[in-house]
Amino acid sequence: MLADARAVCPRLKVAPSDAAGDRAFLEKLAAWARRWGPWSALDEPDGLVVDVTAVAHLFGGERRLLADVAARFAARGLTVRTAIAPTAGAAWALAHYGRPGSILPPDADIAAALADLPVGALRLHDDVLVVLRRLGLKRIGDMTGRFVEGSGRDALRRRFRRKTPGINPLLRLDQLTGRLPEPLLPVVPSLMPLVQRRLMEPIRHRDLLDQVIADLAADMARTLEGLGLGARRLEVGLWRVDGEVIVRALELAAATRDAPHIARLFAAKLDDVDAGFGIETVRLRASWAEPLAVPQADIEARAQVQGTSLATCIDRLTVRLGPDAVRRPVLYASHIPERAQRWQRPLDPEPVSQGQLAFHARPLKLLDRAERITVIYLMPDGYPKSFRWRGRVHDVMRVEGPERIAPEWWREKGSTRLRDYYRIEDGEGRRYWIYRLGMLGDGRGGEPDWYLQGLCA
Amino acid sequence: MNRDALPADLVPASELAHVSARAPRWQPGLASPHHSEVFAEGGEASGAAAALAFAADALRTGSAAETEDHRALLWVQDRAALKLGGRPYRHGLPEAFRHRLIHVVCESCEDALFALEEGLRCRDLAAVIGEVAGNPKALDFTASRRLTLAAERYGVPLWLVRLNAAHDLSSARMRWDVRAAPSPHPRWNRDAPGTPAWHAELFRARMHPPGTWILRDDGLALVAARDARDDAAVHENTTPYPLGLAFAAGDRSLAPR
Repeated sequence: MLADARAVCPRLKVAPSDAAGDRAFLEKLAAWARRWGPWSALDEPDGLVVDVTAVAHLFGGERRLLADVAARFAARGLTVRTAIAPTAGAAWALAHYGRPGSILPPDADIAAALADLPVGALRLHDDVLVVLRRLGLKRIGDMTGRFVEGSGRDALRRRFRRKTPGINPLLRLDQLTGRLPEPLLPVVPSLMPLVQRRLMEPIRHRDLLDQVIADLAADMARTLEGLGLGARRLEVGLWRVDGEVIVRALELAAATRDAPHIARLFAAKLDDVDAGFGIETVRLRASWAEPLAVPQADIEARAQVQGTSLATCIDRLTVRLGPDAVRRPVLYASHIPERAQRWQRPLDPEPVSQGQLAFHARPLKLLDRAERITVIYLMPDGYPKSFRWRGRVHDVMRVEGPERIAPEWWREKGSTRLRDYYRIEDGEGRRYWIYRLGMLGDGRGGEPDWYLQGLCA
Repeated sequence: MNRDALPADLVPASELAHVSARAPRWQPGLASPHHSEVFAEGGEASGAAAALAFAADALRTGSAAETEDHRALLWVQDRAALKLGGRPYRHGLPEAFRHRLIHVVCESCEDALFALEEGLRCRDLAAVIGEVAGNPKALDFTASRRLTLAAERYGVPLWLVRLNAAHDLSSARMRWDVRAAPSPHPRWNRDAPGTPAWHAELFRARMHPPGTWILRDDGLALVAARDARDDAAVHENTTPYPLGLAFAAGDRSLAPR
């Protein structure tokens, strides 16, 4: 066919099609077109959609905005057809089939304004266009007048059941008039991480270059960490004083941002660099980077090495054993031994008190409940001679007492008996703290009972 | 005890005589090993009291002796030990530990072992005291080895008080048998019980030959008097205790770090 065409017109210029290149160019153009609005999207194969909502005033109005667009494209040698409309579909229709530079104000009736445009402006597939032409629907006005509302709408819906917008004229009409949302897929340019050092003096020696490379690797590692990336390919460019550029590339097996590793790999690549009159700029670029999450430091590893802190230890104990299992004793102002200490959580501050009660001698350990013992003692209030506790007879060899602790009358009932405490030591040296509850003839019961409450050290 | 049961002819006497002469006798103020066991009766507080005295002695001689030590003391009891001997009473604790005791009650021996190990891993603890009653199945040689390794690795000393327990297998570096001893007469009231004293028998240790002492904590230091009844000559002139195997390792951990 090309031969036929050349036979007809020998001066025909031929250029091969490059779809991928066109697309790459369009992507770059879309990123560049973000100068007119925060978002821009590709409209393949040859269009761009820029969201200029609430932006036009920055350029002095919509008309000036379009003029600016035309001028900028013209400066780059590109011809362009532009339009601004409330919806992307309407803008597309105006740009492709309307007058160049037409502007549809936000409050305009889109359907009325576009009624004269051909149905091709609906961004439909060619097959659908053929069907529409055979049906006699040639302009957008033909369709909006009859089919967008009422029973006509149902007729169109029965005819075109597919949900894809490109082959469903009803969907395209709704998108054109803004009844249906049409999300854009914006272009987000990704920049290659790049770090560079301009050197005050051109360097000619290898060790200085290594130092610069190490610095650059550290900078690159920091940059990549901020982006959550790891480098797969790195290129280092060395600009010499005489304008020569030496480029060395490095590919990595896995994404990394380990600066010493990178510097070490480059060191092997820089052996044959000819510095000439000196290198004045060094630039490191990660032309291929992959996501690499920041690794979490192993908290358990640090605990393994250094040991845990007290709070951590308490937390671990509390979680497994329950909050009531881990406690510390604090003072409480009372003379009653079991009330003189309370338990609270270990890291809470101690309650403030004006002063501590100075007790004479107290046992190391206190039983949770004082245990009843049978005691042989000199009636009515003599020293104990021997006692039986947990089925074992203890002869009292030495004894100190009594230490009389009266009940707290403001808190307890009047019938509560006083306690006479004795510190005793038995024949084998075991030391206990026992008390006699009440006295004979105190009018609060009969013969007093004896209890063992504490185990002395 | 175990000493009497050991067959003397298993030991190469020449080597052991040498070792035994080199091994220093235990005395208060020596650097204590990180894991010790104290066997005591459940019906008296001597076990815990002796463990506290050992801990106080170790902390007095330790590296933190110059500055005031504010690190907490962890005291772990299992439920059976709590029932047998009661819980610590702040007014009766040694002065040095009163304000920094953290008490842990565990329902089972497994929980107690967990709490002990967590305590040993904590760098902010001065020492860990454990009280376990009887010979629970969970507290076997492996468990005690775990405790030893943790204690040596993190440098937190552990005194494990075993109430009413038989001398089972354990990797503790020093094992004591402690019971109450008649206290010395106080100066002003000769009929009153005096400073607590304990009859302590060191029946197994890596660094030291065994022996028996009457221990007393007089508030400034741990005082140890050789027990007159239990004579040193018995130990020194008869077959030496078989320290030979373990002595070379000393208190060093045998496990690779």
